[in-house]
Amino acid sequence: MAMSHTSKNRLCNLPPGTVITGKWHGRSYRLLRRLGSGANGVVYLAENGRTRVAVKLSDDYASLASEMNILRRFAKVQGAALGPSLLEADDWQSPFARETIPFYVMEYIEGENFAAFIRRRGKEWAPVLMMQLLSVLDRLHQEGWVFGDLKPDNLIVTGSPPSVRLLDVGGTTLQGRAVKEFTELYDRGYWGLGSRKAEPSYDLFAAAMVMISSCCPGPIEKKGDGRAQLLSIIETDRFLTRYKEVLQKALDGRYRKAADMRRDLLAASSRHTSAENERKAVPSRRSGRQVKRRRQARGIVETVVIAAALLGAYAFYIYWQLAM
Amino acid sequence: MRKGTLRQILLITDGCSNHGEDPAAMAALAREQGITVNVIGILDQGAMDENGRREIEAIAAAGGGMSQVVYAKQLSQTVQMVTRQAMTQTLQGLVNRELKQIFGSDVSLEDLPPDKRGQVMEVVDELGETVALDVLILIDTSGSMKTKLPTVKEALIDLSLSLNARMGENRFSVFIFPGKRAHAEKMIDWTPRIEELSTIFPKLASGGLTPTGPALREAIAYFERKRSLRSWIGDGDEPYIEESSL
Ligand SMILES: Nc1ncnc2c1ncn2[C@@H]1O[C@H](COP(=O)(O)OP(=O)(O)OP(=O)(O)O)[C@@H](O)[C@H]1O
Ligand SMILES: [Mg+2]
Repeated sequence: MAMSHTSKNRLCNLPPGTVITGKWHGRSYRLLRRLGSGANGVVYLAENGRTRVAVKLSDDYASLASEMNILRRFAKVQGAALGPSLLEADDWQSPFARETIPFYVMEYIEGENFAAFIRRRGKEWAPVLMMQLLSVLDRLHQEGWVFGDLKPDNLIVTGSPPSVRLLDVGGTTLQGRAVKEFTELYDRGYWGLGSRKAEPSYDLFAAAMVMISSCCPGPIEKKGDGRAQLLSIIETDRFLTRYKEVLQKALDGRYRKAADMRRDLLAASSRHTSAENERKAVPSRRSGRQVKRRRQARGIVETVVIAAALLGAYAFYIYWQLAM
Repeated sequence: MRKGTLRQILLITDGCSNHGEDPAAMAALAREQGITVNVIGILDQGAMDENGRREIEAIAAAGGGMSQVVYAKQLSQTVQMVTRQAMTQTLQGLVNRELKQIFGSDVSLEDLPPDKRGQVMEVVDELGETVALDVLILIDTSGSMKTKLPTVKEALIDLSLSLNARMGENRFSVFIFPGKRAHAEKMIDWTPRIEELSTIFPKLASGGLTPTGPALREAIAYFERKRSLRSWIGDGDEPYIEESSL
């Protein structure tokens, strides 16, 4: 259940240095700072000895238990990190609440939220990170899930080279069920562009919205015909226009698989990069050769034209001579 | 666990009742009959007056449901969240009761070790997805609500979108109060989709009285009428009855 006002305020404002001790396992975590909070709880950076971890506290036993279920399932998926790994679950007998407060401890992922990263490092990162995201989603979908609450706040860009990771599995739903949690702006139902059934295309709509919202400068607010509005946002942005086809297809729910959207995004990016390079005449290897080949062709045309002109002039000269 | 139908009343209002029985008492009555009452208070701007807020909380508490006070703009997200969360809460209550039978004592989610809670939640999630749900929507259309009705309509269509993505069956019905003849007036009979709503809302006229209590009483009666009719037809669709001690 949603947290009540007072206890939520308390939980969100625990001072740094607060020590949280679990009543079942007895381990302690010292809070360093708040990482973020949302509808279901609050997440703190904490340390246990020298290890840094992220601790999520909530007064909602049920939603924490559901999230842990999903994190446990994700841990079993080989070869892909689908979410932060779950380290421990316990309850804290806090000094201010009569009841205990449940929490779980997870891997701390150091990084920056998706939109902030793009703002700082440039839009050219958006398609790159999107392709990474689509690979992760593809894996998740193959396992029978849909992420659900996909939005920039739930995507963290970490490490060097930068890679994108999923956070907050509260919306993760088995395919075929109703999406458990979503955020209006990224929800196709809100835009009048589909149902809230958990199917891969639900996530792909949200993925397109992530790209749109993190590349377009102002906030997006729905007015009237949702689809027309989104398309016009794409068309008026010079960067997004290049990906219009992919984005439109995802918004319309015409991708069945994340891998297909990834393939098209990749194609659009490389098509775009080669065009760009040609314009700027930056000698990247492949497109450089293309430019050169075209120059050679132009040389041949010039030769032919000159030859033809000379020939014509000569013929005219002969004709003129004969006519005399 | 026996399969049944969850029954909810969703009350949408913007202020205090001023006529008839205490709405909290009527909500308690609903709860005794296995109907959960959820309440959403809508604000224009600024704060709701303290009495209004207190009444909303009291009704939901007595009705075993949830309450939330929101600005008109956030209504859609709130309506669907409150409905879903109230479902989970009711189902959790039922599952807890089931646990009590297994363990022989008063065991709830909180008493289980954290690593065991997941199993209970899996059962709750599964039920929440598949259980049948009847929601009677009771809308305050007294004077001050007039400007908010378009938003209410949007929120209800959104609710039907969310619930219809579930595997379980849904039925909605819409009542407004005050009604022309009775305290509450039926606008839409049980239907699986609320799209038709668009046709009834423009007709709404607004009056002065806010008979929240009597409207709730009539809403409960409507649930009962439906049930007795169905038991005549022989559709053994048993409602879940929740114990008030949960
Ligand atoms: N493992 C983690 N490592 C680093 N930061 C994290 C981690 N988990 C959460 N955060 C930060 O905390 C914020 C809130 O966490 P989370 O989204 O899980 O909370 P929530 O209450 O479910 O929020 P909402 O559902 O509204 O998105 C995240 O947006 C992120 O910035
Ligand atoms: Mg969440």
